[in-house]
Amino acid sequence: MNYFLTEEQEIIKELSAKIAEEKIAPRAAEFDESEEFPWNLIRILADSDLFAVWVPEEYGGLGGGVFEQCLVVEELSRACAGVAVSYAASALGGFPILMFGTGEQKQRFMPEIASGSKLAAFALTEPDAGSDAGNIRTTAIRDGDHYVLNGTKQWITNGGEADVYVVIATLDPEKGPRGMTAFIVEKGTSGFDFGKKEKKMGIRASATTELIFKDCKVPVENLLDKEGKGFLVAMRTLDKTRPGVAAQAVGIAQGALDKAAEYASTRVQFGKRIGEFQAIEHMLADMATQIEAARSLVYNVAWMIDSGERHVTKAAAMAKLFASDVAMKVTCDAVQIFGGYGYMRDYPVEKMMRDAKITQIYEGTNQIQRSIIGSAVIKEALRRK
Amino acid sequence: MNLVVLVKQVPETTDVRIDRKTNTLIREGVSSIVNPFDMYAVEQALQIRDEHGGRVTCISMGPPQAEAALRETLALGADEAILLSDKAFAGADTLATSYTLAEAILKLGEFDLVICGKQAIDGDTAQVGPGVAEHLDIPHVTYVSKVEEISNRHIRVRRMTEEGYDVILSSLPALITVVREIGEPRMPSIKGTLRARKAQVITWTAGDLEADELMLGLSGSPTQVARIFSPEIRPGGEIIEGDSAHEKARNLLARLKESHLL
Ligand SMILES: Cc1cc2nc3c(=O)[nH]c(=O)nc-3n(C[C@H](O)[C@H](O)[C@H](O)COP(=O)(O)OP(=O)(O)OC[C@H]3O[C@@H](n4cnc5c(N)ncnc54)[C@H](O)[C@@H]3O)c2cc1C
Repeated sequence: MNYFLTEEQEIIKELSAKIAEEKIAPRAAEFDESEEFPWNLIRILADSDLFAVWVPEEYGGLGGGVFEQCLVVEELSRACAGVAVSYAASALGGFPILMFGTGEQKQRFMPEIASGSKLAAFALTEPDAGSDAGNIRTTAIRDGDHYVLNGTKQWITNGGEADVYVVIATLDPEKGPRGMTAFIVEKGTSGFDFGKKEKKMGIRASATTELIFKDCKVPVENLLDKEGKGFLVAMRTLDKTRPGVAAQAVGIAQGALDKAAEYASTRVQFGKRIGEFQAIEHMLADMATQIEAARSLVYNVAWMIDSGERHVTKAAAMAKLFASDVAMKVTCDAVQIFGGYGYMRDYPVEKMMRDAKITQIYEGTNQIQRSIIGSAVIKEALRRK
Repeated sequence: MNLVVLVKQVPETTDVRIDRKTNTLIREGVSSIVNPFDMYAVEQALQIRDEHGGRVTCISMGPPQAEAALRETLALGADEAILLSDKAFAGADTLATSYTLAEAILKLGEFDLVICGKQAIDGDTAQVGPGVAEHLDIPHVTYVSKVEEISNRHIRVRRMTEEGYDVILSSLPALITVVREIGEPRMPSIKGTLRARKAQVITWTAGDLEADELMLGLSGSPTQVARIFSPEIRPGGEIIEGDSAHEKARNLLARLKESHLL
């Protein structure tokens, strides 16, 4: 397929692929095993300007958007989704500052996010508020020129490693979504600490931790947008970043297909390469077709978002839903093509299958994506009446 | 600090095919890369520049396509790239090549350090670096694994040997050839790649160099390739065991007598 990328997009894609192949792939299994945060790989991504691709030039970026970010995430994910999500989560924390920050806030935080010298993170989820994000309990109480935050965030990607956190808290839990408010909280702020680091099924190179706020004083300058706008900030952010999760899924799936196709053309059983058996060949055909369909959808949604289209929620949900389901199916099939070898940690596909699963869960489970898409479809039908 | 890196474009594969009639490399249908050892040279130069300031100039002699190799070095952060390309340079052996490169460095003007890879993966001679140093009449150190210190007048390096390393202090200007141990070459950046695409690669022809035409290209190349073959692998040495120095000496003596060497 030819997606008619611009020269700059080609450079971004090629460089990401080069780093993925030469620097990330050789160490993917090692980080999966050790669950160590891959700082030296993150530094390479930073030095290569990959954190800058989606940031406007006035903040030291390269002036691209969601599309360019997706290109990077896709290529990195072919080698290791754990590294890729650590990269992507910085955009998840950075986009809300870019979209809702004041000029001063953007000047303060974006250049370092663009250079990759600081990682960002986004904290919405709590122990009792996952899909039901409107139910958060972390409170923010205004006290003079500060807000005082109390509560615990759970499963925050880049937790402990990032320097800049966009945190959604509530001014009044009784108000539900209308009480929710977004803050920029810097690592090192007193009263802000990190809890346990999770042991995960996949994306084990990435860090997932609790954020603990105990009378954490956040200056009013760090209020993001206005009081009561936190839910909106979160939802608009996810509209921008769900294509990134989708791109991650496409990359994982492509990585698995590449490995499976290679294996099918070398493994011999019954005197034949297994790729010559129609059962295997057709599996590869379906995998390749599904991946290409997912990629087309993701790219189109990313383009649409970058073009400034306002109503993107349904499309972003579709990209995330479709691509992540494809990734789960394709990685399962890749393990199947590898047979018993595929089940072994010595081969890369079982990791890809474990990694794929998360794309159906975070940034809204696929059940939630279907609810978003379904309710949009019904709303459109009612409007036509 | 003015740093010059000599860069060669080589065929991608390490298993190059050889034309049995002419005893030269078959280059058709093989994609090209920057000689991997030269990437270490570029990395070393960039590190010195990043720490001490100055300029990194990469020079390559080759066909017009070799410009791609130079652009790669620009993407990594080299300041300037010069391609020596002329029919008159064609067919050069290591003598003519090192003469031509040395003439280009002289034309460049002031320089403090010339850095080369230890050898090119196609020809594998490891002669061009030292050859350039001889033409320039400057000291050289080969197989450098670490630059320990560099000032305006001196450089202190480690030279890899089979047993370990030598520490060598040399005056500047000098030439060093580097090995893999110098450190992983950096990845290019997007900004660097974009800059490199737009940057100008300067081309110098024979006319641009104040060179003796008879020493260029084929006419300046006395080398005759008689035969190309893989050398036999040297068998590893034998370690004489023993519980004490005394016993080891006795065992050695026995072995030498056994072999009628004593
Ligand atoms: C590795 C990892 C990293 C994460 N990173 C971040 C991060 O950086 N920042 C952050 O804020 N969060 C993060 N999360 C949280 C993630 O977004 C949530 O896990 C996710 O939104 C689902 O919430 P939950 O796990 O509480 O599941 P629940 O909401 O408890 O859902 C359980 C099940 O019920 C289904 N369900 C729930 N409600 C409905 C409904 N209304 N209709 C139909 N089905 C429903 C769900 O689909 C799911 O199958 C991360 C999670 C993980 C595992």
